[in-house]
Amino acid sequence: MNYFLTEEQEIIKELSAKIADEKIAPRAAEFDESEEFPWNLIRILADSDLFAVWVPEEYGGLGGGVFEQCLVVEELSRACAGVAVSYAASALGGFPILMFGTEEQKQRFMPEIASGSKLAAFALTEPDAGSDAGNIRTTATRDGEHYVLNGTKQWITNGGEADVYVVIATMDPEKGHRGMTAFIVEKGTPGFDFGKKEKKMGIRSSSTTELIFKDCKVPVENLLDKEGKGFLVAMRTLDKTRPGVAAQAVGIAQGALDKAAEYASTRVQFGKRIGEFQAIEHMLADMATQIEAARSLVYNVAWMIDSGERHITKASAMAKLFASDIAMKVTCDAVQIFGGYGYMRDYPVEKMMRDAKITQIYEGTNQIQRSIIGGAVIKEALRRK
Amino acid sequence: MNLAVLVKQVPETTDVRIDRKTNTLIREGVSSIVNPFDMYAVEQALRIRDEHGGRVTCISMGPPQAEAALRETLALGADEAILLSDKAFAGADTLATSYTLAKAILKLGEFDLVICGKQAIDGDTAQVGPGVAEHLDIPHVTYVSKVEEISNRHIRVRRMIEEGYDVILSSLPALITVVKEIGEPRMPSIKGTLRARKAQVITWTARDLEADELMLGLSGSPTQVARIFSPEIRPGGEIIEGNSACEKARNLITQLKASHTL
Repeated sequence: MNYFLTEEQEIIKELSAKIADEKIAPRAAEFDESEEFPWNLIRILADSDLFAVWVPEEYGGLGGGVFEQCLVVEELSRACAGVAVSYAASALGGFPILMFGTEEQKQRFMPEIASGSKLAAFALTEPDAGSDAGNIRTTATRDGEHYVLNGTKQWITNGGEADVYVVIATMDPEKGHRGMTAFIVEKGTPGFDFGKKEKKMGIRSSSTTELIFKDCKVPVENLLDKEGKGFLVAMRTLDKTRPGVAAQAVGIAQGALDKAAEYASTRVQFGKRIGEFQAIEHMLADMATQIEAARSLVYNVAWMIDSGERHITKASAMAKLFASDIAMKVTCDAVQIFGGYGYMRDYPVEKMMRDAKITQIYEGTNQIQRSIIGGAVIKEALRRK
Repeated sequence: MNLAVLVKQVPETTDVRIDRKTNTLIREGVSSIVNPFDMYAVEQALRIRDEHGGRVTCISMGPPQAEAALRETLALGADEAILLSDKAFAGADTLATSYTLAKAILKLGEFDLVICGKQAIDGDTAQVGPGVAEHLDIPHVTYVSKVEEISNRHIRVRRMIEEGYDVILSSLPALITVVKEIGEPRMPSIKGTLRARKAQVITWTARDLEADELMLGLSGSPTQVARIFSPEIRPGGEIIEGNSACEKARNLITQLKASHTL
């Protein structure tokens, strides 16, 4: 396929692929085992300007958008989705500042996010507020020149490692969505601490922790957008970053297909390479076709977002839904093609299968994506009446 | 600090083909890379520049397509790249090559340190670096594994030896050739790659270098390749066992007698 990338996009893709193949892939199994945060790899990504691709030039970036971010995430995910999500989560924390921040806030935070000298993170989920994001219990109250935050956020990617956190709290739980408010909280702010680091099924090199706020005083200049706009900030952010999860899924699936195809063309059973058996050949054909379909969808949605289209919720949800479902299927099939070897941790595909699962869950479960898409379809039908 | 790095473009594969008539490498149709050892040289130069300031100039002698290798060094952060390309340079052995490179370094003007990889993976001679130093009449240290200290007037390096290393203090300007222990070469950056695409690689010809034509290319090369062949693999030697020197000597005599050598 030819996606007619610009020269700069080609450079971004090639460099990401080079880093994925030469620096990340050789260490993916090691980080999966140790669950250690891959700071040295993150430094390489930063030094190569990869954190800058989606940031406008006036804030130290390269002036690209969601599409460029997706290119990087996809290539990194071929080698290790854990490293890729640590990279992508910084965009998840950075996009709301870029989209809703004041000029002063953008000048303050974006250059360091673009250079990768600081990682960012986004904190919405709580123990009782997952899909039901309106049910958050972390509170914020105004106290003079500060807001005081109390509560606990859960499963925050880059928790403990990031320096800049966009945190959604509620100023009035009675008001539901309309009470929610977004804040930029810096690591080291008194009263802001990290809870336990989670042990996960996949993406194990990434850091997932609780954020604990105990009378944490956040200066008023760190209010993001206006009081009561937190739900909007969160939803608009996720609309913009879901293609990133989708790109991650495409990358994981591509990595699994590459391994499965290589194995099928060398493994001999019954005197033939197993790739010559139609049973395997057809599996590979379906995997490759599904990946290309997902990639086309993801790229198109990313282009659409970058073109400035306002109504992106449905398309963004579709990209995330489709790509993550095929990633799960393709990685399962890759393990199947590897047979017993595929189930062994000495071979790379079982990790890809574990990694793929999270793409169906985070940034909105695929059930939530279907509700978003279905709701939009019904709404469009009603409008036509 | 003015740093010059000598870079060679080499065939990517170790499975090189030889032109049986001229006994030189067939370069057509083989993808090329920067000689891996030269990447360590570039890395070392960039580290010195990043710490002490100055300029890194990469120089390569080769056909016009060697420009690609130089662009790669620009993407990593080299400040300038110069390609020495002229039909008159063709067929150069290590003496003529080192003479040509030395002339280019002199043309650059003031320099503090020249850095080379320990050898190229195609020719494997490890002669060009030291040859350049001789032409420039400056000291050189080969097999450098670490630059411990560098000032305006001196450099202190570690030279790899079979067991351990020497610490060598040299005056500047000097030339060093580096081994991979110097540290992993960095990855290019997007900004660097974009800059490298647009940057101009300067080409110097024999005339630009004001070189003595008789010392260039084939005419300046006393070494002529007579034949290229794979040497026969010799079987390994045998270690004579024994509990003492006397016993080993006795065992040796016994074996030599048994084989009628004695």
